[in-house]
Amino acid sequence: MCLAVPMEVVRIEGSSGLVRSSGLELEVGLDLLEEVQVGDYVIVHAGYAIQAVPADEAKETLAIFDRLFEGGLRI
Amino acid sequence: MIVIGHGAGGRLTHELVERHFLKPLQNPALSAMLDSGCVGDLAMTTDAFVVTPRFFPGGDLGRLAVAGTVNDLVAVGAIPIGLCAAFILEEGLALEELDRLVASMAATAREAGVEVVAGDTKVVPRGACDGAFITTSGVGRLDPGFRPEPARIQTGDAVLVTGTLADHGVAVMACREGLRLGGELRSDVAPLRVLVDALRDADLEVHAMRDPTRGGAAQCLFELAQGAQRRVVLREQAIPVAAPVRAACELLGLDPLYVANEGKLMVVLPEAQAEQAVALLRAQPLGAHAAIIGQVEDGTPGCELITALGGRRSLRMASGELLPRIC
Amino acid sequence: MNEAQALLAQLAEWGGPPLTFMEVCGTHTMAAARAGLRTLLPERVRLISGPGCPVCVTPVGFIDHALALAQQHDVILATFGDLMRVPGSQRGGGAAPPSLQRAKAGGADVRVVYSPLGALALARAEREREVVFLGVGFETTTPTVAAAVLQAAREGLDNFSVLGAHKTIPEAMDALATSDELRVDGFLCPGHVSVILGPEVYAPLVEQRGVPCAIAGFETVEILRGLAAMVAQIEAGQPRVDNCYMGAVRAGGNPKARSIAAQVFTQVDSTWRGLGVIPQSGLEIAPAYAAHDAARRFQVELAAPVEPKGCRCGDVLRGVLDPADCALFGRACTPEAPQGACMVSSEGSCAARYHYTEGEGS
Repeated sequence: MCLAVPMEVVRIEGSSGLVRSSGLELEVGLDLLEEVQVGDYVIVHAGYAIQAVPADEAKETLAIFDRLFEGGLRI
Repeated sequence: MIVIGHGAGGRLTHELVERHFLKPLQNPALSAMLDSGCVGDLAMTTDAFVVTPRFFPGGDLGRLAVAGTVNDLVAVGAIPIGLCAAFILEEGLALEELDRLVASMAATAREAGVEVVAGDTKVVPRGACDGAFITTSGVGRLDPGFRPEPARIQTGDAVLVTGTLADHGVAVMACREGLRLGGELRSDVAPLRVLVDALRDADLEVHAMRDPTRGGAAQCLFELAQGAQRRVVLREQAIPVAAPVRAACELLGLDPLYVANEGKLMVVLPEAQAEQAVALLRAQPLGAHAAIIGQVEDGTPGCELITALGGRRSLRMASGELLPRIC
Repeated sequence: MNEAQALLAQLAEWGGPPLTFMEVCGTHTMAAARAGLRTLLPERVRLISGPGCPVCVTPVGFIDHALALAQQHDVILATFGDLMRVPGSQRGGGAAPPSLQRAKAGGADVRVVYSPLGALALARAEREREVVFLGVGFETTTPTVAAAVLQAAREGLDNFSVLGAHKTIPEAMDALATSDELRVDGFLCPGHVSVILGPEVYAPLVEQRGVPCAIAGFETVEILRGLAAMVAQIEAGQPRVDNCYMGAVRAGGNPKARSIAAQVFTQVDSTWRGLGVIPQSGLEIAPAYAAHDAARRFQVELAAPVEPKGCRCGDVLRGVLDPADCALFGRACTPEAPQGACMVSSEGSCAARYHYTEGEGS
């Protein structure tokens, strides 16, 4: 239920958000975070966003993941 | 009693088949446990399709029913002659849905260059089956010059996959179980006759092929390794998995190597022909991400993986139904 | 040479006494096993698994209770997939121990969900049925269950309740740090639990117990960074909490998540398989939310639970027994026929070892 990679919030409807990462989208509960906005990045666990990560740090993490999987377990 | 794990394609399925089917039915073609039963110059195969939901991103039950059986024929090198299809339909199923499924079967059959030449329909009362189950059987003609089977695998052979792993299982899981997962997940379900023809027409010495369905690539390779009495060694970094599928597997606690595929083949052939095979496969849309993922070695029959860091770990038989984890 | 290889080389340079680091996070257990770290780490730097699998440390009576609910009250049991094959203890004359999986095969209404939100959705869709969510987990999962309970209360979903067995990990870490059985030279701290709690929560382990700590992410290189950080602490003679999972783990953690959890749950003493009773390490649903507490809502007849004979889950969870050294491992205890939870939970140490044994594969 954990995804180590931060996911980008692309839509918010009440306490529910649509997040996306690596071409995967899912709906998560936002109850555990204050003031989430579209464009924020979040860590997801068991269907909820559990932490917000600043966009610049998230993008850095995503870049690291891309390099880690270069040529292998990711295309 | 039968438990759901018996249907997962792994250890429990194997035990069930060995104890409850192979023993009473006893015959060489069956015991060979290839994708098709080979008798004389004919290959015969059958598969029941009970996927739910019946429509999923990238495919449906109808397409699956045709592609799955075609793939079982071409995996043993057979040229498909024809298919039969038996339908078990639940009272209350909408005719429009039946029409969609059959249209999909027709289109997939055309794509595979094969025809459905016989069929049967049964209707059961509401609740006695889940909507629609389709069983397809296929007959093919064996080509004496092209008879891939595990016993032909040699030490030093290359192990190829025709594309990305885990697409089908993840796509189906994602839209089942109320997961609210979406994005670019799409089943890979497709008939692979065109890929096998490309390899055959190039006169490649394909030693073995198998389609990695239930139990995933790991289960499939484990079976090939057992049949060859050799060791299949994979390189983790070489295994193609699409980014959204990798993310979904991480989210759901799944190992992509154990998730079902319905439009892929594992191909084992001499190392010297591997690059050519990859080039031929990549020239086809269905083989766009073909890759060499390992090799065959001497050793205890089984399957293992060399991790990115150079560690080695074994790939056991799939066990039971894939269950995701709490983190 | 990439960073991971460089870190391994760095660890290999440790010339001091053998070090035993312990991870207490099921995701770390699996990640380390999957990467084959055991064979790659130098002899003097060991990483062992502790009680990081919440399903594994939950006493067997929880499964018995869940099964009794399904059988005596015809509820819909909504559960994470992890619990499905965990054996219960009430065999009742059958050859195989009961489990949620077997109960489902026998007709009980058991449904796998991936989030407490899935259980809520079931409760909305089936208002005439009772839905019981099996709540197991540490501090990452607890707030999600709490949020679901609050949501149920807001919506008046009176048919939604939770059978809870949540636990908190820092108290267990302290018990392990003070144990006579085993010397823990440092804790690889759980990634997502730390997201919720913040790095500060491990300060007492450092200050009072002098144990090095490093919070790590889940990729192999991140785990290696954590180990290297602790070796550096030991070399400098300065234990501290190194946050090697920056970005996700922030100072203060997630206060809102903690507050939601505190609203719904109260701390109680709790029994951990293998560790016995650890004070204030468990969570019970607060009286204000009793209507959503399945333990209070439903009366069940329960026989005394019996831990499986010969099962050494407890020793494995305390880090004093390597799974492969258990006499039952791979013989009487396999994922298809498990004796204890450690072999079937997807985060169990025994399951990790069984699935990812280096070398042989038959």
